[in-house]
Amino acid sequence: MEAFLQGLIPNVLDRQDVLFKSIFETLLMVGWSGIISFFLGAILGILLVVTAAGGILQNTVCFHILDKVINFFRSIPFIILLAGLMDLTRLLMGTGIGVRGAIVPLVFGTVPFYARQIENALSELDYGQIEAAKSMGSGPVGIIFRVYLRESIAPIVRSTAITTISLIGLTAMAGVVGAGGMGDFAIRYGYNRGNRDITYISVIILVVMVAIVQMAGDVIIKKTKH
Amino acid sequence: MVHLEHVDKIFRQQGKQIHAVKDVTLSIQEGEIFGIIGFSGAGKSTLVRCINLLERPTSGKVIIDGIELTALKEKELRKVRKKIGMIFQQFHLFASRTVFQNVAYPLYHSGMKKEEIEKRVTDLLELVNLSQKAQAYPSQLSGGQKQRVAIARALANDPNILLCDEATSALDPQNTAAILQLLQELNRKLGLTIIIITHEMQVIKEICHKVAVMENGSIVEEGDVFSVFSNPSQPITREFIDTTSNLSKIYRLLDEKSEIAALSGNECLVRLKYIRHSSTEPLVSTVSRKYNVDVNIIFGNLEVIDSSPLGGLIAIFRGKQEDVQATLAYFKEKNVEVEVIADGGIFTRADTKRVG
Repeated sequence: MEAFLQGLIPNVLDRQDVLFKSIFETLLMVGWSGIISFFLGAILGILLVVTAAGGILQNTVCFHILDKVINFFRSIPFIILLAGLMDLTRLLMGTGIGVRGAIVPLVFGTVPFYARQIENALSELDYGQIEAAKSMGSGPVGIIFRVYLRESIAPIVRSTAITTISLIGLTAMAGVVGAGGMGDFAIRYGYNRGNRDITYISVIILVVMVAIVQMAGDVIIKKTKH
Repeated sequence: MVHLEHVDKIFRQQGKQIHAVKDVTLSIQEGEIFGIIGFSGAGKSTLVRCINLLERPTSGKVIIDGIELTALKEKELRKVRKKIGMIFQQFHLFASRTVFQNVAYPLYHSGMKKEEIEKRVTDLLELVNLSQKAQAYPSQLSGGQKQRVAIARALANDPNILLCDEATSALDPQNTAAILQLLQELNRKLGLTIIIITHEMQVIKEICHKVAVMENGSIVEEGDVFSVFSNPSQPITREFIDTTSNLSKIYRLLDEKSEIAALSGNECLVRLKYIRHSSTEPLVSTVSRKYNVDVNIIFGNLEVIDSSPLGGLIAIFRGKQEDVQATLAYFKEKNVEVEVIADGGIFTRADTKRVG
């Protein structure tokens, strides 16, 4: 078996230590920026829905500012965001490089996308249910938590899975600021040094990660749907 | 108990103004089942939303039990809303919650203990006859069952008023009848004041005590169901009455020269209209015996509302001129309006002429 692997993926075995470190770095980046983005994105997504015209806390000014800011950040390619946010990253994290240096740009790259996804997920809910809740005396906070979020669990999980998958994609670029991760491993050890096996294995590992996220999402959706 | 004073609602959409409710003043008494009928777009759904301020009136006052809702702050308003239940055409149940959880929704976070909530929900489900479905999800229920859950949920906070926005319009006739019966029961048992919005005259006839007819945002006619029915003053009210009565069909039959309405020389076609205080005596058999007039009832539409017959009959009278005339006079005397629609030749020599 060992000899077989040695023949098939010699360079991967050679760089096993870096491989595991890279997987860990990717998980670290996805985990941290994912958790932060989940909360920030959800808050912004909810704000978009409730402040929109006809929303339960309609506020045109707030809605338009949010709308424009989100569009602004969504239109910047992530690789430029990485460089452009350097000063802010240093201010917030104390460093602009490594996994810590990648988290701020990853959050900025993910939150606008996730906020839009949440906005879509919550907008799917029939407004009649909101009206029913209102007629029963629910206030804005009650409606947000007990109706919007509770009744939209399935679409929220779906959006979260999609966002996590896109986040995994973004981390591949984090190597630019020395954050490592699977993408960096594939480029540096695989592509640049002509080690095809490293590139392929990196791809396979990323595909597996994405598949696990997708499957987890599907399982949760299935359980919460009635 | 519910007073609307000069309520106006104007929507502004892309520079356009839509005047949905125009200067509506209305009083609804405690324990009443009050129907508001109108065609779609008449503004009745907006009007009912103005009662619990789901739509805030552009101007005017909404006063319930002496409290002016239109003057309340949002937070106080929420408290008042708990005492005004509401059900909808599309039920609007929470799909991710079981029947039990749906009914318990207004009770959670209200300071009620868990056991109390459980008892209250169980009682409510019993009241609407759905105890065995407590653990089902809305998607597993029929339309009628969904509306029952919605009613139980609306009653959870023990409201004094129940607003029904086209509550039976999405249901089949059997379920409609069952839901109406349930509403009537609740009205009688709990003294619940019920305000019903509908476009179906059937609903009004079935359970309402009073009715208001709405057209283009205004209330054009209002009163107890019987008088509005028997003496409609507005063309739109007549239209609604015609939707549940088939009497106007006779004009079509005449136009088509239908066999059934064909008259011979000693016959005439009449419409008998039962109004308030019409006699409940056996009029038809009396006249045939007394005046020797043959009465051939073609079709009819008689209802009993408030224990008086209401509606009409289309019949052919056959006999001598003086006998038929005496018959017509007799009906009038008994408070039944008569109208000769077509005459085969009793009164005139002309053929099938429409009179009146």
